[in-house]
Amino acid sequence: MDTETTLAPKEGITRRDVLKGLGATLGLAAYAKALAPLTEWKPAESVDEFLQKHYKELSPVDLNIVLRRLEKDTKDNHGVDVNITDVKAQSGVKFGYALNLSICIGCRKCAEACHQENNHDRPSNQSYIRVLEMSKGSIDMEKGNAHYDHPVPQPDKFYMPVQCQQCDNPPCVSVCPVEATWKEPDGIVVVDYNWCIGCRYCQAACPYHARRFNWTKPEIPAKETNPEQNYLSNRIRPQGVMEKCTFCLHRTRNGRLPACLEACPTGARVFGNLLDPKSEIRWVLENKRVFVLKEDLGTKPQFFYFFDE
Amino acid sequence: MEPKLSNRPIARWVAAALGVSAVASAAWFAWAADSNTIPQAGIPASTNAIAGKLFPVTIRPTAGTPKVNTGLTNHHGQPVLASCSSCHATTKPNIDTHSTAELDQFHQGLNYAHGNLACLSCHNAKNYDTLQLATGKPVEFANVMTLCAQCHGTTMRDYQRGSHGGMNGYWDLTKGPRTRNNCVNCHDPHAPKYPQARPVFPPRDRISVQKNNGTKGEH
Repeated sequence: MDTETTLAPKEGITRRDVLKGLGATLGLAAYAKALAPLTEWKPAESVDEFLQKHYKELSPVDLNIVLRRLEKDTKDNHGVDVNITDVKAQSGVKFGYALNLSICIGCRKCAEACHQENNHDRPSNQSYIRVLEMSKGSIDMEKGNAHYDHPVPQPDKFYMPVQCQQCDNPPCVSVCPVEATWKEPDGIVVVDYNWCIGCRYCQAACPYHARRFNWTKPEIPAKETNPEQNYLSNRIRPQGVMEKCTFCLHRTRNGRLPACLEACPTGARVFGNLLDPKSEIRWVLENKRVFVLKEDLGTKPQFFYFFDE
Repeated sequence: MEPKLSNRPIARWVAAALGVSAVASAAWFAWAADSNTIPQAGIPASTNAIAGKLFPVTIRPTAGTPKVNTGLTNHHGQPVLASCSSCHATTKPNIDTHSTAELDQFHQGLNYAHGNLACLSCHNAKNYDTLQLATGKPVEFANVMTLCAQCHGTTMRDYQRGSHGGMNGYWDLTKGPRTRNNCVNCHDPHAPKYPQARPVFPPRDRISVQKNNGTKGEH
């Protein structure tokens, strides 16, 4: 019986032929659909950019070429003349930040200043700072509300701005599969935006929700763009990469205060060099009731919160 | 041939004297800066300075001695301002006045909420163009921080240590100067509690999209 079936001559179009044809058609259609994005692909990335080395492997000459290329790309893509520099960490400096929860009123001026200083995407209101409205009696930041929209401060609330804690034991750095993020000698955790592959592992790893992803190409009106930019901090990021607070290293490595501190109308923020025993930040750490967020995770944040009383 | 200048005894003595006086004056300036414990508006208040090496920390000046708008205009159309003493020279001071609501004329509607202080706790009845300390010692309006500090000692300590009060400029004073707020830049001396404010825009990022029930969305 088996022999009979296999040896039977094929006549006309069999059921099998129809199914094969159907399968092939569907397969081709799926393949065409899968490849469709390539037909729309434009070389947003130049060959030079594709072949660019990791930031740490760039020689000073190469780095200079990269910075000039990025300035030109910014001009082409965003229509604005910018000055992109690369200021290095100072020796003998480790940055620390403290925030006085007794004083903060939750006005979000810090988030706004960050938004402007760091050339954040305008439509998403992006900022490295998220101000959490917290119920008095709890410091569980997961219960905080970042979306309040009423006069502040409310009497039964306190306000806790959260940004990158510049951990000494940063989980975001450990998980990066391509070493596109690392801790600098002055304690700042930075990202090489041109090396980042956008896998978002670091975003998942950060217990402080401090990392942001560029879902879209950042949109910033040319006249609102901050033209003083830095490779590792506030230059306009490409689409599809991670970004994070750098304590405004383009300002702070030149001795200036971070933009969020200058914008704070209540003076809740204290910034300085942790290695300088006479610094304001050291006085706060030695004389105030200080805590760090999620201390139990062992991330060793260099961002501190304190109270007056 | 002329001997070198440094080989002349007189030149060496002069050089030595100049050096000693430079060191002495630097030390004196450093001591003087440290002993100035209550910062005054408009003058540098840096304390840990090696003279000449650090940029100054300047406290924003206050508006100074206030003037009262009389509501009249002069023939140029400019408002006529009167100093406090021009009216208070002829009025009898009342030490018991605790609020402008107790007054029949002038200062009506002034929002006053500053503990149980009376007007004359801070204003100087002997000269209304100055303020006074609790000891009765007069204080210029420009130096109001001295007056604030006599009650708000811990806040003044925090201020001097850089952990209270807004500032601008440089954290690193070897690179540039810093400007600090005065007490009354932020606090109305008659109602010092920092006022409520409308917050600026909330975030719209995907990580914290809020659901209608008030809980945070999924990451």
